[in-house]
Amino acid sequence: MRRHEAVKTITDCFKEAYIIGCNGLISRELHSIEDSPRNFYVLGSMGLPTAIGLGLSLARPDKKIVVVTGDGNQLMSLGALTTVGKLSPENFIEIVLDNECYETTGGQETSSSTTKFHELAKNSGFKHTLYVHSLDRLAIVLHRAVKAKGPILIHAKIEKEKPDPPRAQIDPYKMRKIFMKALATR
Amino acid sequence: MNSKEFCILLKDSGFNFFSGVPCSLLGPIIQHLTYDKDLQYVPATREDEALGIAVGAYMGGKKPVVLMQNSGLGNSIDALTSLLLLYRFPVLLIISWRGFEENDFIEHSLMGKYMQDFLKTMKIPTIVLSPNELPKQVAEADQMMKKSETPVALVLKKGVVE
Repeated sequence: MRRHEAVKTITDCFKEAYIIGCNGLISRELHSIEDSPRNFYVLGSMGLPTAIGLGLSLARPDKKIVVVTGDGNQLMSLGALTTVGKLSPENFIEIVLDNECYETTGGQETSSSTTKFHELAKNSGFKHTLYVHSLDRLAIVLHRAVKAKGPILIHAKIEKEKPDPPRAQIDPYKMRKIFMKALATR
Repeated sequence: MNSKEFCILLKDSGFNFFSGVPCSLLGPIIQHLTYDKDLQYVPATREDEALGIAVGAYMGGKKPVVLMQNSGLGNSIDALTSLLLLYRFPVLLIISWRGFEENDFIEHSLMGKYMQDFLKTMKIPTIVLSPNELPKQVAEADQMMKKSETPVALVLKKGVVE
């Protein structure tokens, strides 16, 4: 499964949800597919997408909140999974796209080849946790996740590839204003 | 002012969502926040996580506060610079000042000395709380955040809130 296909499948599946994308290639991929007002791009602050998604899901229980992050990002904030498990917001979904490397910075290896994020999440109090390694399976699981009560974590293995698409020009302040406007009006 | 009154002051100022990592100086405040049914306190595993949670809550319409010991400021610098300051998120920080005037355990001595410099370098407005001025100081912080849309730090020394 390629990163682009995985991210596209996620955005196709969660048309009404609010998506928090981690820094690096995942946010770039989200942006290149569609610069939706429902996307929040975390440009820096590696390791914080889970926390941002958690805060938002607690403040807005009426909206689905989807965090799309990478293995390196999640490894930096394993503790946040326990906070999500403890608070247990039903509207929280996280997808960890795991290519076993820091692809944005040149493909250096992470420790994820021996780490089962779905098991960590399960043992931290998440309601549903799944592991997938094919695009078909990801699509099936995501369609189920749309209607299921969370918190949900999906650990999806993806291919290691080249760092593409390029960086997009994003004004952080304007972007968060647009995202907040979308949250307030829809 | 006791911890309960201080929590009521924050609540009356509209703050309604709290996250953080405890310090013994913040313990009684956190206890009241946890008891108050109108408020939400989310215990975070790290201070930068608490800041991330507060940012999410802010975007969802809450008025958030993050409580931490000054040692946690070290854990928070990337979150403060590349998230709160960069995107301009007005989150109130309540930071306990351990190691104030070196009258504390040795592990607090250096951050006790450098805390204000770190905050100043990041251009985060900082108000050292004074027992007789708490309502005025909270109102001042609130005004600053409204105006600048940046975080403001309230620094809490031992004995200021009983």
